Parts: sequence; C-alpha cells; structure tokens
Amino acid sequence: MDFSISEEQSMLSDSIAKFIENDYDFETRQKIAAGDLGYSADLWATYAELGWTAVLFEEKDGGLDGGPIELMLMMQQFGKGLLVEPFLANIVLAGGALRRSPDSELRSKWLAKIIDGSLQASLAFTEPQARFAVNDITTTAESAGDSYKLDGVKSFVLNGGIADLLVIPARTAGGQSDEDGITLFAVPADSVGVSRRSYKTVDAQQAAEISLKGVVVNQENVLGKVGDGLAILQATIDEATFAVCAEAVGIIRTMHDKTVEYTKNRLQFGVPIGSFQALQHRMVETLIACEQSQSLLYWSAMINAGNDSAARKSVSALKYQIGTAGVHVAKEAVQLHGGMGVTWELDIAHYFKRLTAISILFGDADFHLDRHVQFSKQSVA
Amino acid sequence: MNVDFSAEELQFQEQVRAFFAAKFPQDIKQKCDGGIALTREDYVRWQKILFKQGWAAINWPTEYGGTGWTVIQKYIFANEMAQANAPDIIPFGMKMVAPVIYTYGTAAQRDRFLPDILASNAWWCQGYSEPGSGSDLASLKMKATRTVDHYVVSGTKTWTTLAHMADWIFCLVRTSSDVARRQQGISFLLVDMNTPGVTVKPIITIEGEREVNEVHFEDVKVPLENLVGEEGKGWTYGKVLLQHERTNIAGVARSKYRLQQIGKRAATSVNDAQPLINDQNFARRLSALEIELRALEYTELRTLAAVAVGKAPGPESSILKVRGTELQQAIDEFEVTLAGYFALPYVPKQYALEFPESERIGHLADTRSSLIYFNNRKASIYGGSNEIQKNIVSKHVLGL
Repeated sequence: MDFSISEEQSMLSDSIAKFIENDYDFETRQKIAAGDLGYSADLWATYAELGWTAVLFEEKDGGLDGGPIELMLMMQQFGKGLLVEPFLANIVLAGGALRRSPDSELRSKWLAKIIDGSLQASLAFTEPQARFAVNDITTTAESAGDSYKLDGVKSFVLNGGIADLLVIPARTAGGQSDEDGITLFAVPADSVGVSRRSYKTVDAQQAAEISLKGVVVNQENVLGKVGDGLAILQATIDEATFAVCAEAVGIIRTMHDKTVEYTKNRLQFGVPIGSFQALQHRMVETLIACEQSQSLLYWSAMINAGNDSAARKSVSALKYQIGTAGVHVAKEAVQLHGGMGVTWELDIAHYFKRLTAISILFGDADFHLDRHVQFSKQSVA
Repeated sequence: MNVDFSAEELQFQEQVRAFFAAKFPQDIKQKCDGGIALTREDYVRWQKILFKQGWAAINWPTEYGGTGWTVIQKYIFANEMAQANAPDIIPFGMKMVAPVIYTYGTAAQRDRFLPDILASNAWWCQGYSEPGSGSDLASLKMKATRTVDHYVVSGTKTWTTLAHMADWIFCLVRTSSDVARRQQGISFLLVDMNTPGVTVKPIITIEGEREVNEVHFEDVKVPLENLVGEEGKGWTYGKVLLQHERTNIAGVARSKYRLQQIGKRAATSVNDAQPLINDQNFARRLSALEIELRALEYTELRTLAAVAVGKAPGPESSILKVRGTELQQAIDEFEVTLAGYFALPYVPKQYALEFPESERIGHLADTRSSLIYFNNRKASIYGGSNEIQKNIVSKHVLGL
C-alpha cells in the first residue's frame, strides 16, 4: 500500500495547477463561459499541446497510457480551477467509448484527431425517459444491408451542440431496458437526419437535445460487437463518474479553503466571524467531509484499475459520498459567505453550481446508494 | 499509489491469522461473542499470550520490547484481531502511560515500570478528569504538595475506567498555582493504588454496569521519584498521550467486523420470515455505513502513512476521534434496529457462560445491543468530547 504519487504524476498535476495560476483566473473563466462557444478553442489547443488530451489513451493510439491515478489528479485540478473546456465530454466520455472499441481502424480514424485537439466529440449517454439508467434506450438502429438506420431522441448530450462526432447508443435488439441488444455507433454530426438544439447549462457547460430521424450509419462505424455495446458504455460511464467525483473533490476542497479564509477576514460585531464557535465547528465538519471524500477517492482510484464489480461498487460509494458530504460542504460554503455567497460575482456561487451539476451527473446519491446495495447483494449471492 | 499488500505483508497476515486461530482462548472468545464482560483474569491471561508472542506492545520502540512493525503491519494486526473478535489490550498501561514513561521518564522509571506493563503484571488506570474538571481539564484541582521526600496528594479523580481492577494510576496533579498559565502548574504523577488514603468508589453507568469509578485521594504520600519528567510540564506530556489515544480511538477494524456481523445476521430469516436485509431502507443504511467506514479507514491509513515518514500524530487525530466515535455510535444504533423488540429485555444475569441456554431470553447479540448502545454514548464524550476535538481542529488545523 502506497499513497505517494510518481514524479511524472506530480508533474502532470503541477502543469495544470500552473496553467490555472497563469492563464485561467476566475475572471478569464467567466469571460470564456459567457462566450458563444462556451469554452476557449485556443486554450483547448493548449490542452492538446501540453499533452493533457493524450493522457488517457493507450500508447498504440498515440496516447500516454495514463490510468485512474492520472485521471484523478487531472480532474482534481480541473475542479479547483473550475475549467469549462469539454474535457469530460470529449476525452473521458466520447474518447473513452472510442478507445474501448476493439476495432483498431475505427480508433485510429478518430482518436488521433481527438488527441491533437482538432476534433470535438460527444457520447449521447441518456434519453428523456431514462434518468440515470444507461441501459434504458429506445433509440433504434434498424439493419439495412451494410448500414443501419437510426431513429430516436437523445437528451443532455454534453458537448453535443458543437461536436463533430457523436457516439450514439441504440437498440439493434431487445426491449427498452434490456442489457443485450445495445450497439454503439460513431456518427458524424453533420449526417442527414441529425438535428440538434443546443443550450448552456447552469454550470457553464454546453449540451444539446438531439433527434435522429432515419440517420444512415455505415456498419464500419459500429464500436465493438453488434448488440454488445453496454459493456463499453457502462465502463465509460463508470470512469466518467469517477472523473467527476475527482473534480468534485477539487471543488469542495477549494470551497472549504476559501470559506475558512473568508471567515478570518470578514468582520461583524467587531471581530472576524471565524472566531465564533458555531461557525468553527461547521468548518471542522466540512474539513472532515473533504478528508473523507479525498480518502474514498484515493481508495477508488487504487482499486479502479480492475474495472470489475468491486471497482464499480467503489465508484458508487464515491459518488454517494460526493452527493451527500460533498453537497454538504458546498452548501455550508455558500451559507458562511453570507449574502456574498449567493452573488453571481463571487466564484463560490459558480463552484456551487458545478458541484450541484456533478451531484446529478451519472446518478445522484440515491441512485448510487441503491447501486451499492445491488453490488453488495451480488457479492453475497 | 497502490492498494496491494506486498508478499511479505501477505505472509505476515497469514501468520497473524494463524496465531489468533490457535492461541486466542476459546472460553474468552465465547464470552466476547456473547457480549459477556471479561474478568481481570481473562484480560491478563490473553495479554500474557500476546506478550509471549512478542505482540503486546504494538507501538513501542523495539528497545523496550515493542514490535517495530510498519504502519501496514499494525493495520493488518488490528484487522485480524477484530476479525477474531479478540479484545483490545487494555490501553491505559500499554498505549497511554508507557509512551509517556519511555519518552519523558528517567532510566530508573523505564526499568521499573515498562517490563511490568509489557508483561501485563501491572494494571493501570488514568486519573485525568475531576468532578469539576471535564472538558476544561486545565482547571483540575487535585493538589500535590512537595515535601522533602514525597508529594502529599489530595483530591478526587472521576470517570476512572477499571480503577477497581488497577494497581497503578497515572495522574495529572496541580503542583503549583503560582503560574502565568494554569497549564504550567500541572505535573504528571504515578501513584500506587495500594497507598494508604486511596479509595475507589463505583459509578454505575446508564446500562447498569460498573466500568468507571471515582477515586479519592486523602493525604496520599507519593515518593518524589514517581514524578515523570519535570514538575509543571505534565500538561504537555498529557497532550502527547491524548493524541496517541485519539489515533487508537477510531476503532475502524472493529467497526468493520461489526458491520459484517450485522450484514450476516440481517441475511438470516427468523421463522421463515423475509430477512431484514431485503428491506431496502435497512440495506441502504448498511451501505451508507460501509461507505463512511471505508472513508474513515483510508483517512486513518493516510494519517498513519504520514506518521510513518516521521510526522507526529497531530491535531488530525482529532478528526479520527470525532468520525470514529460517531460511526461506532451509528453502528450501535443499527444493532438496536436489527434487534427490534429483542433490544428491550433487561436480564443482566444471562450474560454469563454458566447461564443455561434454555432459559435465555432472545439472542445475546440482540438483548445486548441496547446495553452497548446506552453504554457507548460515552464514546463522543470521553477522550476529550467531540466538541473539544472540534475546538482543537479549528484552532490548530484551520487556524481559526
């Protein structure tokens, strides 16, 4: 057992911290978020130059062979800096599904462009009725010779409005919630029959509602085996869940630190409000929540390499922690900032909104506690 | 970063597991499993077995007979001990006073006291709290007046756990009131419980048992050589001790064992009824506790890893105390939930090996659950109440 990180890992983390310090202060972030695109294309090129877009991919695909520890370190920093660039949607979700495809031609066709920053991609992981069940899919893919015809509606497609490539799970067989019969398709976003309504989200991300009407997709663009898509989809979502939890740990640590600092400087009744015991004990509680979340994150990162049911169970444990203790830290930070905590002007409000989004993404605390229970039952049976 | 044990660590785990399987006395195990209180003789017999194995003093330096184990070895040992449901070593001698003696004591004190603590020949208790000094420990009044060859000690210590079994008590006493800060007038004194003038009175706690006491001192003569370190420095020594106490206080391994047992018991059905684990509310509560416990386990491991590279267990150990005791109490409550009505029978005499099984009311684990729940409300109060711990973290970690 070892909690230390390697020199390379620490350099990766430091490079992001330095980037935030030099090029990504809160004002810059706000300007970028308010722009039409919702992120900075120039800075995305910097992400690629610095190698961050390559970390998660295998060397044979032009990547750097990073694993959960690297992903954790990066996401924690992204959380601290409240970065809005679509790393999650493009690299972890769409890139994650593509890199898990056994088809090397398909991988080399798309991954090189994702890694060099020239291509934006999305994974359409949910539908209007599905809530958090990734296997709840009504979009159909009808076989027609050497191609498929896709029909259906995808909701909340992160990065979906500007993506060049959409990874679409659709049913080639089975009922709405069946685990078998799901197939993943790589669909160029400008294909005939794709229509998108894009919007921004409360946490300064961008997403789209996408409707597919008779979209023809060549069978070369099937990721993995026909009907076997759920394994890739689920593994990708689990990794993304882990990723946003790491981001959340970066966020709540920052919120906690800023709150302690604020209460040392904010004077009321002639003294710093941090001198009041009622507030001190609340900040000790948020410190504990941060430490406990950090601990679960490390634990999950260390057993995640297996990607077996124990690893997936750990992701649910972590997501539940973020959805409860993490949300608690965020609420306390706003409360202790008083009126300032609910202004658009202050960064605390925007950390709060991102943490709120994360608490919902890929399943809220209730969902993941139930999933944890489910895994427990399976391991007993 | 990695979570795996090395080959040597796995081998050590096997060795420890085999030891508990072979050497932990069956009759004592039976008592532990049934929630039957152990006698002093039970404790001593078991601790002497650990001593013989060289495993009594987990945290001591090897020169005094400690194990010299790594953080991971200690973690493995604690887990195996909990899995065997073997009792913890009574902490007052081994874990509390010994580190003060080998850190601040004289060579003569080390030679005199450490071997008997190590071999469980001497039983210690802790004299900190007083009737008027609980959370505000520095206000303590028990007076030790220096004469030519001894101190004369008068006053009262309270909440003294197992004082009725103890041979020795280590005390914080006031040796001077003429100081700038009241902490400066406090000294660390070792007192033989058999000295004339020492009397022990029981305090019966909420569940109806005798665990703690009031200890009265009336003109008790204590030899000068029983002062540890310098006069007036007792507060500093005592604080070091409390930080050790707090890292031991989280009780992660034992909480883990208890949750496993709850899971197992909840999965069995009574009279063909649905097992309780099929109730989603119950199952969710179990999962939530497992998650919180896992987090605490890794928080403790992170703290221990920091200690292993030379950092003293600092105020962070307060976090372990707060969350560790909160979790223990949550598990206490959960056991009561599991027991249902059978948490309510109060039949003290059935907690004895010789009590006939045919006359028993309910399962011992069920009827015992409420008594444990009542008794363990103490956990968030002792060792510096959780509110005091938060004051410590606030001041020393957050800088407020």
